[in-house]
This record gives sequence, structure tokens and C-alpha cells, in this order.
Amino acid sequence: VNSLIVQAWSMLLKPLMLVFSIFLLVRGHHEPGGGFVGGMVAAAAFTLSALAYNVASAKQTLHVSPVSLAALGLIVAASSGFVAVLTGEAYMTGVWATVWLPLVGEVDLGSVLLFDVGIYLVVAGITLMIVFALMESQEEYGN
Amino acid sequence: MILVILSSFVIAFAAPRLVRMTGDKSGYILALLPAAHFIYLLTYAGEVSGGTAVAQQIDWVPYLAISFSFWGDGLSLSFGLLISGIGALVIIYAGAYMKGERYLPRMYLYLFLFMGSMQGIVFADNIVTLFIFWELTSITSYLIIGYDHKDESARSAALQALLVTGGGGLALMAGLILLGAAAESYELSEIIQRGDLIREHPYYLAIVVLVLLGCFTKSAQFPFHFWLPNAMAAPTPASAYLHSSTMVKAGLYLMARLSPALGETLIWQYALVGAGAATMLVAGYLALQQSTLKPLLAYTTVSALGIITFCIGMGTPAAMKAAMVFLFVHALYKAALFMVAGGIDHEAGEKDTERLGGLAKAMPVTAGAAILAGLSMAGIPPLLGFMGKELIYEAAIHGTLAVSMAWVAVLVAANAVNTYAALAVVYKPFWGARVQSPKTPHDGPGGLWLGPLILGIFALIFGLAPQLLGQSLADPAATAMLGRPVEAAWYLWHGFNLALLLSAVTLAFGAALYLFRKPLRRAGAILQPAAAAGPEAGFNAALSAMLATARFQTRILQNGYLRLYLMVVFVFILAFPGRELLTKGAMAWPTTVLWPQIYEFALALLIVVSTIVVITAQSRLAAVAALGALGYSVAVIFVLFGAPDLAMTQFIIETLLVIILLLVLHHLPKFRDYSGPVARGRDIVISVLSGVFMTMLVIAALEEQGHDPVSHYYSGNAVVEAHGRNVVNVILVDFRALDTLGEITVLAIAALGAVSLLKLQTSEGDAP
Repeated sequence: VNSLIVQAWSMLLKPLMLVFSIFLLVRGHHEPGGGFVGGMVAAAAFTLSALAYNVASAKQTLHVSPVSLAALGLIVAASSGFVAVLTGEAYMTGVWATVWLPLVGEVDLGSVLLFDVGIYLVVAGITLMIVFALMESQEEYGN
Repeated sequence: MILVILSSFVIAFAAPRLVRMTGDKSGYILALLPAAHFIYLLTYAGEVSGGTAVAQQIDWVPYLAISFSFWGDGLSLSFGLLISGIGALVIIYAGAYMKGERYLPRMYLYLFLFMGSMQGIVFADNIVTLFIFWELTSITSYLIIGYDHKDESARSAALQALLVTGGGGLALMAGLILLGAAAESYELSEIIQRGDLIREHPYYLAIVVLVLLGCFTKSAQFPFHFWLPNAMAAPTPASAYLHSSTMVKAGLYLMARLSPALGETLIWQYALVGAGAATMLVAGYLALQQSTLKPLLAYTTVSALGIITFCIGMGTPAAMKAAMVFLFVHALYKAALFMVAGGIDHEAGEKDTERLGGLAKAMPVTAGAAILAGLSMAGIPPLLGFMGKELIYEAAIHGTLAVSMAWVAVLVAANAVNTYAALAVVYKPFWGARVQSPKTPHDGPGGLWLGPLILGIFALIFGLAPQLLGQSLADPAATAMLGRPVEAAWYLWHGFNLALLLSAVTLAFGAALYLFRKPLRRAGAILQPAAAAGPEAGFNAALSAMLATARFQTRILQNGYLRLYLMVVFVFILAFPGRELLTKGAMAWPTTVLWPQIYEFALALLIVVSTIVVITAQSRLAAVAALGALGYSVAVIFVLFGAPDLAMTQFIIETLLVIILLLVLHHLPKFRDYSGPVARGRDIVISVLSGVFMTMLVIAALEEQGHDPVSHYYSGNAVVEAHGRNVVNVILVDFRALDTLGEITVLAIAALGAVSLLKLQTSEGDAP
């Protein structure tokens, strides 16, 4: 594509989309949102930057490979269930605690939020895996 | 005991890093763990030989009576000591033997995983726990045999071992479940006390057949013996450990363990004695045909396993004692000789015994270790092997229902082959005329001879002081195998009796076999065609038949045409749920109809129009764009009817889908009509019917008022139990979190597959 307009917009939009994706992830428990859609939005942010520039630069801004992202997500999701095991409950039981955080105040934090973070990472990881692979073959085809 | 198992698994994953940190000394450092296990288990010896069993337990799935429970009695402890003791020596040996190999860290990982699994088998109290560890040893063995993964024959040997032992594992699982049902307990410590209940249960025969299938495949009993010699594709340290002294003994362990529960019947005795005898004979013949070090040792391993199976089958106190002592005898000399064989190969560069000779001068320490092990293998006093053989003969002479004197001849032949093999593996390479070898031979580094030497010394010590082994381990183990106490004095020299005579005959017979080995091998070659048509050929034929069936059904079911897949799905939906809807009179007409709003009409119109555009579009780009419009319209429906989560997800997916479709456009073949008028007509009928069906189904579902919808539970409990107001998300991450975990795992695997296929395609040009 390599259009200056798209590149400028992507510079502006990408951080916003990433923040929005995390917002979606965190609010998911009470309002519409959640790890799945959050992960998709995050993937869309990087897809946008890959469209505006190229896959290589998008990969660079991601820092880790999408495969590791997905793998990390699976590990996080699977291990979030063990929090309950430690407290003597069955695997994957939600465990909740009220925590006081600076600037935010009292927050209800649960192991399911960790699980949602896992979903977020998996969804973002696998979407980017496929999108990047397709775009790379597209770039090769273009050359 | 839980500590022993857990620490093995933990160290397994730390091992690769430790190797990189410690370099050449890694073997000695890593061996500290199994050495510590050995000492830790020894501290239980006093308690256990006093007759008490040690138990530890963690509940796992209590409502299915599955728990992580472990116990140790004499039998478990004997195996546990062998696994940790020989394990420590093998780890040291591996460090020296595979020094500098790129994948050595990986080998340590496998070896420790295997070690932990093996300890798990012998200390498990719950039979489900036992089975899990049993399967883990099959899997780790697969990885170890296939260690040299670029070698085709290593890979196929690994697969063969996995299929044979894994297939047996399936039978074992069924057998153990039946056993648990018959005994009304899944704890071994209880099962073995309910022998009478089990033997009179209608499941008894099925249990015996299934459990023995598992044990025979694992312990390479005829006709499943063929995987073991092929498993010699594994590096020598692993062969010394898994395929001589530990894993193949798992089957023996289970037979010994279940003897009090399943034994003492004619079926059990005949099955074990018969399989043991057949294994001895077949393995003896195959060993005679071999002159290469590792295969020769492998066949004698098979034969030794047959001897022990035979003894367990006899089931008398004397036979149980003999089985336990011979188990120690064999583990000590076989691990030692495998390590010696690896040392010879490593330092002299030759594997064929016929092309080796006179190495003793050049490799004095290795030769010293080899002679101790070899004397024990041949059964010459004062080594432990002599006592093992005497005990076997004595047990067989006194016999049982199933064993008469005629069987003794088979035992003598099997032991004579052992004597022959000891001569071929120890005498031939180290003594006699010096034969030129590819490398200039000399004693290797300490790691290469330390293990065999220590094992040889143990064989000597136990031979000189048999009560050491006898009273502390063999008696308690035999007690466990019988289910009642055995008491016996332990001495090496049993006096001049029939057993001693048989021992002398064995030695003479074995020496004769060695002297006439060449003419015997030529004569034995006549049987070659029969051997070639043996069980292994059957296994290979079954395997290729299965692969052919798989290819056949894949061609039909997985034909790669998306339109056919969809057609199958829709036709089946129409044929079964559709018919139900028609015949069960569930068809309904909405009782309350709300007149749609004007924008709902507009939306419906938009959906219909974009659908028509999709199916009539003349270019692919137009079709993709129309599909996007269709998706967005559906998302708007979700917004209007109160499913914001769904709508949000649908929007973002539609966006990404359009991007992805645009990216793959160039991969697709030319855009044109692929179906003729007949196919089109058929497709129209199916799609119209499917649409009608879905509509009727939705209406029927709305009219159905019989049950309280499950959604009430979810919405009622979301805040109370899961602290969340968004019910959809609460269902996903809390109520049905395990499903979600499964789904994201499937997603990740599917994505990996898709990406691999894409990469394969893009790099096809330069692929070989």
C-alpha cells in the first residue's frame, strides 16, 4: 500500500487500538467486551501497521513472535486454573480477592481475569500468525 | 516416594540448562539426584523388610476414586532401588559416552522423565495412577529410541515400540478398569487382599487376558518380543537403562504385583509359564544367530525376561524368590554389559564380536568390569548369577501344577544360551588372539567404566553375602508377590544336588554352543524364512493394512472440496434433526407475532440483497465485498436484539475476514463457475431446505415452554458466584472455562497447522 496517509493514520490509531483492546479485556467481566474481542482488536492494530508499512516492521514492533504470544496465552490460561487448586478448590474454580491498587482504589481481582488475559494472548497470537503468514506470501507474490 | 517422582520430573526440565552450565561434568552432577533417591529409598529398607508398607496420598479425582496414592513394600522398593541406582550410573555413563553431542541435553531430559515415570509405576498404589505412569514410560521410550531422529530406521523402531507397547497399554487400561470393578477398589494395596473375590468374579478371564497383554507387550514376551531388539537403535546409555534393566521390567513388576490377586489359577500359570518358555526358546535361537554386541545382548534380555515370567508363573515361594534374585542378577550384569559394549564401540570402533579380540591388555579396567558381569551372566560361583540360576532350577524341580520336569530342559537351554552369550560378549572381545580394530583401543574416561565396575562389584558382594540382598529385599518382595510371608535361609552354596548338576550341564552346554557357534549359525540359517515370517512380519502387514485403510477413507471423507463437506453437513442435518422436527409434530407457528419495525425490514432487505450479490457476483472482489456487507448486517441484528458482545466480535471478525480474503485472493484459482446446471439445482434444493429447516427450528424452539431455560441459572448466578455482570463473558471464562480452554487450544493448533501449510507452499519452489 505504502501510502503516507495510511501510514500517518496507523501511527495514530495503533496505540489507540491497543489501549482500547486492553480496555475491552478489563471491562469484559461486567460490560460487553472480554479477552476474545480484545485480542482481535489487538491483532487488528498490528494488521493495520503491517498493511501501512510491511510485515517485517509490524513484527518488529510486536517484539515477540506471534507463536510465542499464543503459546504464552495457552500457558497463562491453563495455569490460571491452578490458583483454585492451591486454595483447595477444583481446577478452574474462580478465585476472587479485593485488592487495593494505587490510583484505582479497591478492585475485585479474580483468577478468571488471568484466564481472560490468556484468551486475549491466544487470539491475538493466532490471528497475527495467520495474517502475517498470508501477508508475507502476498509480499513475495508481489515481488 | 512422591518426592522421588516429583524431583525427577522437575530435574528433567532443568537438566538441559544444567548441562549447558556444567559442561563435561554434567553427568556426575546430574547423577547426584538418582543417587540421592537411592539413599533416600534405602532408609525405608529397614521398615519395609520388617513387613510394613509405607503409604503417601494426595486426592486427585475423589468422586471417581482416583487418587495420587503411593505406597512402598518390598517389591516396590526393590524396583525403586534398581531404577535409582542403575539410573545414577547410567546418567554418569551417558555424560561420558555422549560427550559433546548436540542433543545430549535432550537425552537427559528424556532419561529423567523416564526415571520419574518408572518410579511412579513401581510406587503407585492407585491403578489409574499406575497406568498413567505406565503410558509415560512408553512415550519417553519412543522419544529415546527415536533420539537419532534423522535416521529412518531409528524412527520406525521408535514407532514400532510405541505401537506395540501402546497397544498393550490400551488392553491394560481395560483390564485395570475391570480389575477395579471386580475388586471394588482401585487401590493396589486393597486389590491384592481380595484375590478370592477376583478369582471367582465373572470378569476374571477377561482381566487376566487384558492385563497380560499389557505386561507381555511391555516386557517383550513372545509373540511381542520383536520390538525390543529393534529398540537398540537408541543410544547405548538408554539401551542399558530402559531396554535391559528397567522399562522392560515394568511388565514383570505388574505381573509380580498382581500375582496375589490374579495368580494361583491354572490359566494364570499356563499363560505365564507358556509365554515365558516360548520367549526363552525363540530369543535363544535369535541370540545364537547374532554376533553383534548390542543385538546379542538384546536377545538375551528377551530370554531373561522370559525366565522371570516363567518363575512368576510357577508362583511357589521358591519360584518367587528365584524370580526376584534373578531380576537383580539380570539388571546388574545386563546394564553393566551394555555399558561395556558401548565402551568397546566407543574406544575400539567395532561392534561385531567376531572382529574383536584381545582387548584386555589395552582396556584392563573395562575388561575387569566385563569379567565380573560376564561371570555373573554365565552363572559361575561366587557371583550372584550362580545363586540366581540355582534358585531357578530348584524352584522348577519342585514344580507346580503347570510345571513338570520336562520344562526344566527349556530352562537349561535358556541358561546355556546365557552362558554362550557371556562368552561371546566378554571372552571373545577381551581375550584370545588380538584382532586389529578400527581405532587404537584404550580404557575410556572414568565415566565409561565406573558404572559397569560398580555393578560388577555388587554382583560379587551379593554373591558372597547373599543374605544382604535376600533378607532386606528379596524376602519382602517375594512376600509381596505371594501375599503371605516367606522365610528362608540365604546361602550361595546349596550343596551337591540336582540343581548343581543342572548348573554344570548348563555351563558345558553353553561352552559347547560357544565353540560351535559358527556351524550352528549356518545350520540355524535354515530357519531364517520361518523367522522372517514371524510376528514382526504380521505386525508390519497389519500396520500397512491400517495405513491403506486410512488412505482409502481419507480419500472419500477428506476429499478437500469445501462444497462437498458443506453438503454432507447440511444433508445430515436435514435427514436427522429435520426429520425429527417433521415427524414429532414439533412444527409450530408463532402464536404472538410482533410487527417488525421499518428499520428491521430494511436490514432484512439488505441481507437478502447482499446474499444475492454474493452468489451472482461476476468477480471475486465483488463477492468478498458483498460478504462483508452481509456480515455487518448480521452484526447490526445482534446490536438490535441485545447481544452487544456478539455484535462487537462479529464486527471485528468481519473486518479481519475481509482483509484475509483479500490477502488470499491471488492464491485462489480463476474465478468461474465450477458446477453445471444439475449440481446447481441440487445445491439450490439443499440450501432452500436448510434455510426452511433453520427457520422452523427457531420458531419451534421459541414456542417450546416445557423446560426452564439454562440461561436463567447463568444470569441468576453470574454476580453471586462469579462476580461478573456480563453473563456471556462469565459463562466463557468461569462457568464453562474448561470448554474455553479446550477451544483456544484447538484454535492454536489449527493456526499452527494453517501457518505450516502456508509456509510449506511459499517455500515449495526451493524444497527438495
